[in-house]
Amino acid sequence: MITDVLTAVALYLAIQDFNKVVFKKQKLLIELDKYAPDVAELIQTPMEMHYIPLKVALFYLLNPYTVMSCVAKSTCAINNSVIAFFILATIKGSAFLSAVFLALATYQSLYPLTLFAPALLYLLQRQFIPIKLKSKSFWFYTMQYASLYLCSLVVIICLSFFLLNSWDFIPSVYGFILSVPDLTPNIGLFWYFFAEMFEHFSLFFVCVFQINVFFYTIPLAIKLKEHPMFFMFVQLAIISIFKSYPTLGDVALYMAFLPVWSHLYRFLRNIFILSCVLIFCSFLFPVLWHLWIYAGSANSNFYYAITLTFNIGQILLISDYFYAFLRREYYLTHGLHLTRQDGTEAMLVLK
Amino acid sequence: MLPPLAPRTYLSENAMGSTMVGEGSDLGPHALALAREFGGHKRKAGGMPVQWLEQTMFQLGLEVHRQPFARTLPFPDEAHERYLVRGTNVFGVLRAPRSASTEALLLLVPCSEGSKNNQAVGLLLALASYCRGQIYWAKDLIFLVTEHDLVGTQAWLEAYHDVNLTDISSGGLPGRAGAIQAALALELSTDVVTSMDVAVEGLNGQLPNLDLLNLFHSFCQKNGLLCTFQGKLPPPEGPSGPGYTQSLRTLGLMVLGQAGGGPGGAHGLFLRFRIEALTLRGINSFRQHKFDLGALGRTLEGMFRKLNNLLERLHQSYFLYLLPSLSRFVSIGSYAPALALLLLVLALRISWAENGEDGDGDPQPGESLPQTPRGFLYLVPPVLVSGAAGTALYLLPVRGQAVATQHFPVGEAEAVVLTLIGIYVAGMALPHSTHRALSGGGQRGWMSLKLVALLALALLLTCLALLNFSLGFLLGVTLVPPAAAVRPGGNRLPLAVLLVLTTPGVTLFLAVLVERELLEAPAGLGEAWQRYLGALGQGLLQEHLHGAHLSPLLALGAYPCWLLLWNVLFWK
Repeated sequence: MITDVLTAVALYLAIQDFNKVVFKKQKLLIELDKYAPDVAELIQTPMEMHYIPLKVALFYLLNPYTVMSCVAKSTCAINNSVIAFFILATIKGSAFLSAVFLALATYQSLYPLTLFAPALLYLLQRQFIPIKLKSKSFWFYTMQYASLYLCSLVVIICLSFFLLNSWDFIPSVYGFILSVPDLTPNIGLFWYFFAEMFEHFSLFFVCVFQINVFFYTIPLAIKLKEHPMFFMFVQLAIISIFKSYPTLGDVALYMAFLPVWSHLYRFLRNIFILSCVLIFCSFLFPVLWHLWIYAGSANSNFYYAITLTFNIGQILLISDYFYAFLRREYYLTHGLHLTRQDGTEAMLVLK
Repeated sequence: MLPPLAPRTYLSENAMGSTMVGEGSDLGPHALALAREFGGHKRKAGGMPVQWLEQTMFQLGLEVHRQPFARTLPFPDEAHERYLVRGTNVFGVLRAPRSASTEALLLLVPCSEGSKNNQAVGLLLALASYCRGQIYWAKDLIFLVTEHDLVGTQAWLEAYHDVNLTDISSGGLPGRAGAIQAALALELSTDVVTSMDVAVEGLNGQLPNLDLLNLFHSFCQKNGLLCTFQGKLPPPEGPSGPGYTQSLRTLGLMVLGQAGGGPGGAHGLFLRFRIEALTLRGINSFRQHKFDLGALGRTLEGMFRKLNNLLERLHQSYFLYLLPSLSRFVSIGSYAPALALLLLVLALRISWAENGEDGDGDPQPGESLPQTPRGFLYLVPPVLVSGAAGTALYLLPVRGQAVATQHFPVGEAEAVVLTLIGIYVAGMALPHSTHRALSGGGQRGWMSLKLVALLALALLLTCLALLNFSLGFLLGVTLVPPAAAVRPGGNRLPLAVLLVLTTPGVTLFLAVLVERELLEAPAGLGEAWQRYLGALGQGLLQEHLHGAHLSPLLALGAYPCWLLLWNVLFWK
């Protein structure tokens, strides 16, 4: 409960700051004439942006998923608030605090490791350091941030060692996350797959599934290097979809960021269908669980079918947002009215 | 029923099919003697003769336990005339000689008031004494006599599984047997029977595995017992008009019974604990050919012996089925498409409504759309008010009964039912008050409200189709046509009449009428009204006593949904 409120406050402050940055950047780009002349309606106005931090906080607090994970006393709330503080610290530009919170989040559940990339990109952008592989200052700053992060991680882990006087906690925390020994059904993709698989294939597929989480970081970092916050959002969503033991609280965390991208609304293609899918799935989860576990008239396939649909819905939602974001950026620089060579209106195709 | 749609039933469980058992018992005279003795002691004790039952069971060589329980009902139950229920269950365990106590079978007789079910208790005791002498039991046998019908059964089940689902307070169980694999409930009040009626519908429309029913049916055929389903005789074989109507009536009764969600007998409560169970009722009508308790005892013995052979839980056969007669069944594959088509109507309507609302599925960057404020604030009052009305309908009748009895000259049970109807009808006046609060969204306004209503309805029906097909189907048939048709403006009267006729409350009333009609005992409007009031009270009571889902579903799901449609109709 308290951690949830803390999360919401942190998110509120973070987004408030982020909005200021976005607005400044937008103003700067307009003044520099980087935007095409006819994109006035795409530009975010302060009027629209004023309520976004409040919306983000409310989206987090009133999200049924948050409420449910709060009622279930899930530790996910703690994880969420650490990540929220990490985002706040990053946006405020404090490299040290950001590294410490990132280390805390990693220490807790390992996967936030991938958030290192967006945070680094954001901090670099804030320091006006160009992201070039040849520039010296880029490498210097990267090393600085990475060593801060690693040092705090090592300190935390050593503290746990001194507390427990053994290294047992490493396999039982990180080994448990990585090798997925617990196949209790949840909303993720792992349990059914590994419950059905022959034992001697499982190592290979565990590797494949785990690489899947970390795999998207580098291509996304290259594609979204100008927009680290959007990168952060996509990365959070990817973690919550592909992690080994996902919970509803994870979903709630990235859904809280949806209002930040509300200006993408007109570029979204399937938002209605996708939100219907997600709502229906959320209601069908308990129904099919009941049929499988209590009534005994259905089996695990039914429940897995719904987790599959739920995750596909989430993946499509994220890719929809991703595509919409890219389209908006393209229109901003090239103008809304694209024409082909022959003068007809052109459509953008994602390639 | 048409053969391709309703194939013959067959036993799928190998453990019960291939091994034929010979029943050697002749329990008739012994059972009758025990029944008389029990009746005498019951009259003397003015209730369940706990002492005598314990003694008798002990003498038969069972391990005897008793379990006291108490339950205060949320409001007085008029149908059974009870409020503060206090009773004792007695059960005896026959430990299996051939295995450790890991699995068990159960025979249950509810000990009712008067001389009801005396013969059933007699048969239970006689069967226990016979089974005690046999050496082939691999599962424990539990012989349970419960007091106060379903309340006692619920108390026993909760204590046996050590859970507390309802507010029953009961003494813990001192002794247990293994996990119960199957249970039979027996109701029998006469010395001879003409036929056996079998009830399958459990709490919330759950059904036992079809194999258990097949087992019963095959033993009835073997012993020449006449068995009925839903009080209907098996329809004549071959394609014939009367045969079809008979099947259709039986099917209709089963659908209504399942949709009602109440337990069709004491067995209904077992299904929630994943115990396959049936209720068998002895019927004594004016038929010439009568059977004594011996034939019944042989049937029970045979069923238990076959169940004794089970290697795992009953899972081979169907769990989701509808029965037009005992020998034929309609599987889920045949009837589910009907509801799927109904849902398709909703889906199409939703996609139209959505396109009509957004107009531009893929907004072309070239079009400069007039930037309409994308607020949905005008949707909030109707949705909130409908939800609040549903919540009030759910909470107030039981919570507010004390207030109602103080201010009006009615009994508590009446107060509950009348509050229910009052809130229900008052909800229908809401559109006028909600509209005052909002400025109205015009054309787009009602379209989006309808979209919300359709989505909610589709969601409700999808969940119901999985949980309780019959209920989902009945609600679907009644609610989908008005949901698809409703729109404000024009001539509102026909649509308003259609909507009122399909509101869940009226549907329930019509269901009462249809049920009487199907039972071939048509009720006049007055009698139907009385039954309707009784059904409302029982529905509320069952929710509190056993956790039936029907009344919360209707109050929190179907009713707000319908109110939204009602709001659409009166949109200005």
